[in-house]
Amino acid sequence: MIKGRAWKYGDDVNTDVIFPGRYTYARMEPEEMAKHALEDLDPKFAAEVKPGDVIVAGKNFGCGSSREQAATCLVAAGVGAVIAKSFARIFFRNAINNGLLVLEIPEAVDAIGPGDEVEIDPEAGVLRHKGREYRFPPLPPTVMEILRDGGLIPHLKKALTKEG
Amino acid sequence: MGKTFAEKILTQKAGLPEAVPGQIVEATPDLGMSHDNTAAIKKIFGKLGLARVRDPERFVVILDHVVPAAQVQYAENHKEIREFVRAQGIRFYDVGRGICHQVVVEEGLARPGWLILGADSHTTTYGALGAFSAGIGRSEMAALWATSKLWLKVPTTIRIELSGTLPELVTSKDVILHLIGRLGADGALYRSVEFAGPLVERMSISDRIVLCNMAAEMGAKNGYVAPDETCFSYLRELGVTDYEPVYPDPDAAYEEVLRFDLTDLPPQVARPHTVDNVVPISEVEGLRVDQVLLGTCTNGRIEDLRLAAEVMGGRPVAEGVRMLVIPASREVWAAAAQEGLLGKFVEAGAMVLNPGCGPCLGAHQGVLAPGEVCVSTSNRNFKGRMGSPEAEVYLASPAVAAAAAVTGEITDPRKLLGS
Ligand code: SF4
Repeated sequence: MIKGRAWKYGDDVNTDVIFPGRYTYARMEPEEMAKHALEDLDPKFAAEVKPGDVIVAGKNFGCGSSREQAATCLVAAGVGAVIAKSFARIFFRNAINNGLLVLEIPEAVDAIGPGDEVEIDPEAGVLRHKGREYRFPPLPPTVMEILRDGGLIPHLKKALTKEG
Repeated sequence: MGKTFAEKILTQKAGLPEAVPGQIVEATPDLGMSHDNTAAIKKIFGKLGLARVRDPERFVVILDHVVPAAQVQYAENHKEIREFVRAQGIRFYDVGRGICHQVVVEEGLARPGWLILGADSHTTTYGALGAFSAGIGRSEMAALWATSKLWLKVPTTIRIELSGTLPELVTSKDVILHLIGRLGADGALYRSVEFAGPLVERMSISDRIVLCNMAAEMGAKNGYVAPDETCFSYLRELGVTDYEPVYPDPDAAYEEVLRFDLTDLPPQVARPHTVDNVVPISEVEGLRVDQVLLGTCTNGRIEDLRLAAEVMGGRPVAEGVRMLVIPASREVWAAAAQEGLLGKFVEAGAMVLNPGCGPCLGAHQGVLAPGEVCVSTSNRNFKGRMGSPEAEVYLASPAVAAAAAVTGEITDPRKLLGS
């Protein structure tokens, strides 16, 4: 179960504002990356975000470069899920591969306001906001398994150990 | 019902009898590419506790992003990568060989019918040679090193048919900017894009590369041009004959078929800060420019340098403008030197830099100060992309960039020819 406040943004939030390009080749630990999350879009986000908070955004969230830190920094900042009208392809993949739940629920995006309380049950496929329930189709089993294992690498590690 | 290119090739690479859009398949790529981010991938790979990359001959590593190293931490990354590829026996191109996408093409590593996955968003480039190529993340590359397999969602496909004859000094860069402006930055989200039609059939490989490179900027998973004699003869010159092209069926089921006649297309410019903020050049003419970047994986080939030199026509770079010329690879650099182009640029007052990504990603070699304006032949103009978030980047063709360099403002290059 994911529970937190909503941080609301618009369309086309690109990876350069989620994690600025000037840091991408610096050797950084996730905790350090978290301090720069959304820095060029919302300078107070990194300091004020609480574990379980969700990002709510318009269409094409995560467009731009393939940088995985855009997903890593959000996970490290404690973000529980990103709900958007649509996602850029590579960000969508990076998010799942980093164990970050990403959901396309356009009606919920329109309804949720900044700071609202949001609750998500990924296994049941339900998002709750102000007494209303939004259902979303369950993710494909391969994807759900990766999310449950906390990302592609832990998932693979588990698989390799089993084989091994 | 027939199959699209994407459906056919993913079915084949996953070893399945059939795959339909939306299905998740596990596919084995023919090539996996990574660049300076290989050090970070290695770190993730390390977490898997494996000593060896499973099929090292399937991978290539090219150092291009911040080359030569601009800071100690980059130098450390590069050093770590050199040691790793040597130990694993992975094909490697060191600092100075060129931008990853250009090098993959020049080395004959992009082939019709291949599945190529690269840890870089512009991996879509190789569709110009009939490959299915898509960008992936770092964890995914680490997973590929470990298992040679990755989950991929079979995309639906948009077919874009282009016809008409482009006016003089209007290029495939103007075409793709126009298309991105029309379709939007999410116009092809998750989808495969097939570029076709008489205009595309007449395009050179270099022009097709521009289309497929920037397909990423409309959100596409991949871009594709059906391989034809232009492609085969290009590969023959490289000594590459070992491949099997894959074509869409004539009755393939497309999500959408879009047709454009581009006969009167004027030069196009993408204004800050999104690539789909595209206008005809007349709307931005006269804007003062501080920096011009001619280069990158989008427009740093010999054809681009020739065109820019032609438009400059021996005029000097305007007072107050910094012009950076960055050939996309060592081969381009050498050819441009031999043709006398580099000398012309230098005489005009430009700086000719070593092959690499340069300031395209805002890490070094000419980043922008707040308030500065840059006309760039690259593929992205996001806020902060080339330095300060308060700088402005306008994307355009090499002809438009060259005209801006010599006039100091955004200028329709056609006004310079013959004057
Ligand atoms: S030139 Fe720019 S867009 Fe191309 S690979 Fe390098 S950083 Fe990426």
